Amino acid sequence: MKYLTVVAITQSLALLFFIFLFAVVLTYVFWPGNKSKFDRAARIPLDTDEAAARNRKS
Amino acid sequence: MNTKKIAWNAFSDVLAFAGSLVGLVVGLIFAIGGRDDVIMFHGWVFAAASAAAALYLFVRMIEGDGEPDETGYFDAPIRFATIATLFWGVIGFLVGDIIAWQLAFPVLNLDLPWTNFGRLRPVHTSAVVFAFGGNALIATSLYVVQRTCRARMAGRWSPWFLVWGYQLFIVLAASGYVLGVTQSKEYAEPEWYVDIWLTIIWVVYLLIFLGTMARRKEPHIYVANWFFLAFIVTVAMLHIINNAAIPVSFLGSKSYSLYTGVQDAMTQWWYGHNAVGFFLTAGFLGMMYYFVPKRAERPVYSYRLSIVHFWSLIFLYIWAGPHHLYYTALPDWAQTLGMTFSIMLWMPSWGGMINGLMTLSGAWDKLRTDPVIRMLVVSVAFYGMSTFEGPLMAVKAVNSLSHYTDWTIGHVHSGALGWVGFVSFGAIYCLVPWLWGRKGLYSLRLVEWHFWVSTLGILLYITAMWVSGILQGLMWRAYDSLGFLEYSFVESVEAMHPFYIIRATGGLLFVIGSLLMVWNVWRTIRGDASLDMEDQPRIAAAPELRELPAMTRPVPAE
Amino acid sequence: MDWSKHKIFETNSIILLVGILIVVSIGGIVEIAPLFWLSSTIEKVQGMRPYSPLELTGRNIYVREGCYLCHSQMIRSLRDEVERYGHYSLAAESMYDRPFQWGSKRTGPDLARVGGKYSDEWHTLHLKNPRTVVPESVMPGYSFLAERRVDATYIADDLTALQAIGDPYTDEMVAQAGADLKAQVDPDSDGAEALLERYPKAQVRQFDGNPEFISEMDALIAYLQMLGTLVDFTTFDASGPNLR
Repeated sequence: MKYLTVVAITQSLALLFFIFLFAVVLTYVFWPGNKSKFDRAARIPLDTDEAAARNRKS
Repeated sequence: MNTKKIAWNAFSDVLAFAGSLVGLVVGLIFAIGGRDDVIMFHGWVFAAASAAAALYLFVRMIEGDGEPDETGYFDAPIRFATIATLFWGVIGFLVGDIIAWQLAFPVLNLDLPWTNFGRLRPVHTSAVVFAFGGNALIATSLYVVQRTCRARMAGRWSPWFLVWGYQLFIVLAASGYVLGVTQSKEYAEPEWYVDIWLTIIWVVYLLIFLGTMARRKEPHIYVANWFFLAFIVTVAMLHIINNAAIPVSFLGSKSYSLYTGVQDAMTQWWYGHNAVGFFLTAGFLGMMYYFVPKRAERPVYSYRLSIVHFWSLIFLYIWAGPHHLYYTALPDWAQTLGMTFSIMLWMPSWGGMINGLMTLSGAWDKLRTDPVIRMLVVSVAFYGMSTFEGPLMAVKAVNSLSHYTDWTIGHVHSGALGWVGFVSFGAIYCLVPWLWGRKGLYSLRLVEWHFWVSTLGILLYITAMWVSGILQGLMWRAYDSLGFLEYSFVESVEAMHPFYIIRATGGLLFVIGSLLMVWNVWRTIRGDASLDMEDQPRIAAAPELRELPAMTRPVPAE
Repeated sequence: MDWSKHKIFETNSIILLVGILIVVSIGGIVEIAPLFWLSSTIEKVQGMRPYSPLELTGRNIYVREGCYLCHSQMIRSLRDEVERYGHYSLAAESMYDRPFQWGSKRTGPDLARVGGKYSDEWHTLHLKNPRTVVPESVMPGYSFLAERRVDATYIADDLTALQAIGDPYTDEMVAQAGADLKAQVDPDSDGAEALLERYPKAQVRQFDGNPEFISEMDALIAYLQMLGTLVDFTTFDASGPNLR
């Protein structure tokens, strides 16, 4: 097999592999079941420290 | 306290004490047996620091802890790192401005070995990137990971080892540069023994971070921690691989890189670009993902986008190094890969910018009323600007003009002053009242002044460098009508003079801004009565002093 | 405490850590690793040799003073650069550079082929006070180099270290390192001839004009004067198999 053929094959495979990885990330992100989890996670910085401070005081 | 806890504490005390004794011995070996003056001096510094640590630990073991508060968060090392951030920030900005004036007026080099541009420039870059930026990252990452995991920081002495050991690393590195000890790899100048010391500190940092996450009571790991973790892990990988070297003697400061020429260049710029990508970007994005939503009191615009942002950013960044080596002896295939990924990098960068900016949607009025959030948002805008400029400069044709010129310097500073500087300032203005239990900052008006003075400084800086960089690039490639090169090199040097003065003036404004900040923070920590408490948002106060948000305030009984 | 749940959380942060490591490794593996085994990375040329002890000493001074922060040593393959500085730099020309000194900024001109362009006297004057010969220069002065003696005590250790990591220094070169260092500023000595045999094209003369001792100025100028002079471009074929 020629060097250039090897290069072409690896490059195409890598391209497909990276597209696949990106698709996996997108699927995870847009999976309907995950929405509530993300909405809750997004509130973590807002909800944590004050509640903790109040708990300590009481 | 149960007996298990007491035994565990005693064990860590003994371990820490033994560790500092080992440090003392190692320091003395270098101090007495060293082959050159610098390593002997560093040996004494190291031995003195270890002895001080051992003495402190000994006294603590005799006297006991007193009334330990191990219920809440572990914030004392974070307070220390916050102050260190400001201390090194002022020094780093000041040295930067001094060397900027040296380029305008070379007589300022004084022609002494330890004051010339070549030795001071690494002091500037290390002081701003690793000392200012590094301390800001240590302080914020350890603050954020505790809050978002609702867990006390792991470790009893290790956080103190981390913050003090890191300052020692900075002192060894910077004093080495001034005395002529350097590896000459940009942003990786410290010699082999300082590199080993940093590796030890970094591993401890990683363990503290992982240990705190392992204790978490919050099932989901908040996205800011992903960025912080990627920053810590990747910087460890970059540091170890790029600094692989063989010391001439284990008692001497000089070492030789394990790689030569073209491989060394590629490894170095893989490191150098990802020092930007993971130290100055991923780490500070972690900061953004906590402090922008927190200060705006709104969740991040899109949590989904933040996940895509994270994985695509860390995947793409690592490839972009070769864009520092276009048209050089680096093989073409590597240059092409570097260019492709650098241009793609624009997408996740702007995804992050949009996510940060749009977090303010529906609350844009805060930009007018709260200069702290304005600083944070403008930093994100600068991030967007320099991550657009970066891919543009990574196009080979553009780079053929811009490379080796001041345009690169301007690009770096729009990122460093605008993005890294402002996001850190914003985070510190948030952190100081929170960490020291104050109702707000000493003066919000002073933050306003800091913002405008620094913004003006940055604009002067980057516009001067754009003009001088492009001018330089055009002069170097200009041909006259007969087909000869039109300008000698030194004519391009002469043409830079006015722009170097403008740049140094801009830098001076940035230094003045940082001094205003130090004054403001100092008065806040001292607990002086605030000058304008009525203007400060409720979130400015420490959590335990904060008023309840308007909507959840209990309705007074009829 | 619910340990079964806790364990899953712990593993999650480790999974995250491993995921990050894999994702950030791919780029480096693809871009860096092949440079070490693709033989086309470094051209085959005539004339490259490791640095002589005095040149190496000079190079270490160049590194120490941070010259690379303002001077590149990499002529890009662009028309104006080739016309201004000479033949574009080859990968082979920095094959013994630990670390490389390609630089990233030209506050001053490129130095990849500065060797032989100026006289030793010019360099001495210029290094002591650049503005005596180039009035518009913004370079710092390095007059202290002329007063500092080169310490030849440990030079053989430097060569031993470089030999250990693959530079083609012979045992003879290591054994003669101290003598070679001295011989390079003493053209009439017997050692000078032996030096030239070990390090072809090495330039042997009194560099800084002060015969009393070997100064750091001698070493630095010896290094500057050999930069870019080693490769024989009459035998270099740019269109050959090198250009894979």
